[in-house]
Amino acid sequence: MPMDDSVRNSILSAVPSLRAFAISLCGNVDRADDLVQETMLRAIANIDSFQPGTNMAAWLFTILRNHFRSEYRKRRREVEDADGHHADSLKQQPEQHGHIEFNEFREALSQLPPDQREALILVGASGFSYEEAANICGCAVGTIKSRVNRARTRLAEILHVNSAEDYGPDDQTRAVLAGGE
Amino acid sequence: METAASRTKKTDSKPAKLGREVHARLGQQLRAMYDDVVNQGVPDRFADLISRIDGNGNKDRQ
Repeated sequence: MPMDDSVRNSILSAVPSLRAFAISLCGNVDRADDLVQETMLRAIANIDSFQPGTNMAAWLFTILRNHFRSEYRKRRREVEDADGHHADSLKQQPEQHGHIEFNEFREALSQLPPDQREALILVGASGFSYEEAANICGCAVGTIKSRVNRARTRLAEILHVNSAEDYGPDDQTRAVLAGGE
Repeated sequence: METAASRTKKTDSKPAKLGREVHARLGQQLRAMYDDVVNQGVPDRFADLISRIDGNGNKDRQ
């Protein structure tokens, strides 16, 4: 199907945030890029079901999210501990990177239930409203709100952060993390 | 030492309510992680994919 320029540009310009979303969801760059590619192919194949004038990015996120969910369910049947394995592989990354906080954060994120993780990313990082996030996830706005709240609380617990002081300067965070494990 | 002591005390206290500052810090970290990927732009793989599909589409049409 020949693409008109606006469709082509909308899809391409959504790629960076689709990748960020996919990596945050699955924690693996290669798998995330496959998800993005599949999303693009599905979007192009189903472009007729896109309603012009609505948010193309939200539509693409919905496709990616649904595809990830069905993949996740499939994988879970195949590999028992998909998420546990993911967390382990992140732990092996070298610590002298200067990205300690970053890695810890990714690992903490990977420990959240998928429902909470996607809600938090959509609202907290992708910049969607609660309403848009609810549409993407196919649930009620109140459900998204409570998932985001639970995700934040759980993240703070995992990262041992209960006050801003604890989450302050790098050396302090490092000390907390070292002491916690 | 002082901070370690106060930290322990805080960890033991009820986990519920997050302070506004903790919220803000968690949000910053989340966005930093996310934007790190966004700032990588569009990898060639995806630009090529679109061009390929576009090319095929034009061929199909004729």
